[in-house]
Amino acid sequence: MSNTARANILARLKETPPQPSHTSYSSPDKGRLGGVSYDWDTAERVRRFTERMVAVRAEVHHATAETWLDVVSQVCAAKGLNNLLVSPETVLGKQIHAQADRFPTLKTYDQPIESWKQEMFYGIDAAFTGTYGGIAETGTLIVMPSVDEPRLMSLVPPVHIALLEVNKLYTTFAEAVQAQGWVQMGMPTNALLISGPSKSADIEQTLAYGVHGPKELVVVLV
Amino acid sequence: MTSTFRTTVRTNLAKPEVRANFYRAMDGLMTRRLDQFPDKAELERLRTQSMAIRANALSKLPELLETLEANLTRNGIQVHWAETTDQANQIVLSILQKHNAKSIIKGKSMVSEEMGLNHFLEALGIEALESDLGEFIIQLDHEAPSHIIMPAIHKNRIQIAKLFHEKFPDIPYTEDVDELTQMARRILRDKFYATTVGLSGVNFMVAETGTLCLVENEGNGRMSTTAPSVHIAVTGIEKVVESLSDVPPLLSILTRSATGQPITTYFNMISGPRKPGEKDGPEEVHLVLLDNGRSNIYSDPELLATLRCIRCGACINHCPVYVRIGGHSYGTVYPGPIGSILEPQKAGLDVHGELAQASTLCGACSEVCPVRIPIPSILNRLRYDGVRRDTANTNTVGSGKRRTLSEAATWKTWAWAATHPTIYHAGSSLATHFKGMLPTNLGAWTTVRSAPKLAESTLHQQVKNLGVDHE
Ligand code: SF4
Repeated sequence: MSNTARANILARLKETPPQPSHTSYSSPDKGRLGGVSYDWDTAERVRRFTERMVAVRAEVHHATAETWLDVVSQVCAAKGLNNLLVSPETVLGKQIHAQADRFPTLKTYDQPIESWKQEMFYGIDAAFTGTYGGIAETGTLIVMPSVDEPRLMSLVPPVHIALLEVNKLYTTFAEAVQAQGWVQMGMPTNALLISGPSKSADIEQTLAYGVHGPKELVVVLV
Repeated sequence: MTSTFRTTVRTNLAKPEVRANFYRAMDGLMTRRLDQFPDKAELERLRTQSMAIRANALSKLPELLETLEANLTRNGIQVHWAETTDQANQIVLSILQKHNAKSIIKGKSMVSEEMGLNHFLEALGIEALESDLGEFIIQLDHEAPSHIIMPAIHKNRIQIAKLFHEKFPDIPYTEDVDELTQMARRILRDKFYATTVGLSGVNFMVAETGTLCLVENEGNGRMSTTAPSVHIAVTGIEKVVESLSDVPPLLSILTRSATGQPITTYFNMISGPRKPGEKDGPEEVHLVLLDNGRSNIYSDPELLATLRCIRCGACINHCPVYVRIGGHSYGTVYPGPIGSILEPQKAGLDVHGELAQASTLCGACSEVCPVRIPIPSILNRLRYDGVRRDTANTNTVGSGKRRTLSEAATWKTWAWAATHPTIYHAGSSLATHFKGMLPTNLGAWTTVRSAPKLAESTLHQQVKNLGVDHE
């Protein structure tokens, strides 16, 4: 069935040679496709990013290479977390694991989800992940899940703590795609833009947080 | 004869609570959209750019679909094609059967509404559960969405609180939006945990990279496409764009036009199922590409613009007719201006052609449309197609089916009179003369208005009196 459908649909579409009105806008100016581009310096990018993130109720902490571990551990303490899901394989994860006594019980995602789904869904308080970059204009994290930091880490636990390096903070989405060479590197199975904790306005246009994803998003800027 | 459309409009106009809910919501949405575009010039530039991106994609639609299919397949995503909604439903069913699945959890998808998927599956004893909060609410009440972005916009908090209490009597009654949301979270999380097949729609498909993009705030899209071991995406064939660089401007104008957000919480880009070594994500990803009349729309250079739509709903939010009659009055999957041009083309002018008439042609929709779809011209064209005689010259389904003998005869007489000056003059001065005897009851028009009164003298006489002698 599907093959006939495919042939029929494509045949119908090909029957119509492109009309003038098909082609009159056919050459979008690729140089301008990203929309506006800004010449914000680092301080301005950080300011804009923080402003946007806070506006959607994310927490943003500013830290340095020396202080970020303290910040993460303070966040865990302040939220009274019982455990924290963190990769023992990533550069950042290794540093947290090396000082395990400063953190709540560290959990690792070291097996396929099927073998520990129940704990993941009902027993994990928070997850810590790195990020692939950020977008200042919209207050957005770029997350590309990997073998070490799988997709559900930034989705299922009620709290997501993410670390963003300021030198990977781009002005716009278009700039990030271009500067990081997404097309050339090939897209991962899943790539995400995350701009705040999960929310909905489906009931009377009133914002409510934590619908299916994390109720809280904490960004540590380094 | 009173059509179903007219009857529902009448019923809905008589529901002050529903009307108030729409007024409040649409007002807020209009203001929020406006706030997102402080620079008018930038907005216009972005609209032209977005229109160009979509028009470019449509100009190469068959080739882009082939590239998309090749790249998705290379990425491990299985592509299926469906000419009709029946075929699309059968494809979904066969995937479910292969996995022995008795239930499916859904992220928000208007195309699955178009397919009537939930009813189709339920008739076969398969549970289809909506996980978008708005969709979840209306599913509890056995209703259809009344808006393409905010399905439960016609309900207020109290109505939803009562509904939850009725459906989940064990949970204490609350009117608190946060608590209601948390109730839904708990109920649906158990379902995400247990269900093995998830279904979603698609906002953009990127031919260049073989990527499916999903725009959402709640995480229902991410959950439905990530937690179950099988993900089925359903979408119309027109949703493809050429390259990844086409996506950022479209995403930006989509979210700003729709809900006035600079960006949504989640933008999910799916380019394949779980790879060996990865610990989560679906083992299988399927894409069902649905035609359902789209290739027919494609064949008409004027109507083709309909397919540029990125489903932002801005035209709906700004439509004075929609805000009064509400989404359910349309009796179609897509309501408002976009529904009024899309549905008659898909189902035929004989079925939904009346929607093209339910417009004041005020132009608010085309003024806000981020991809500059000339909705009023398309409405006019569909009105014409509905009554035209030379139906061989148009592909629109149901062309000529709205032509009535009496209307055609009236216009024919008018045209004849208007092209015969003597007759026309005689007629108009006769009417002016006996204007007191003209009927005051002009059917539907005069049920809420007084009949128009003719002037003391005809325009021709007045012009003559002014001393203009060449007519
Ligand atoms: S027709 Fe335009 S305004 Fe309406 S939903 Fe489609 S893109 Fe948005």
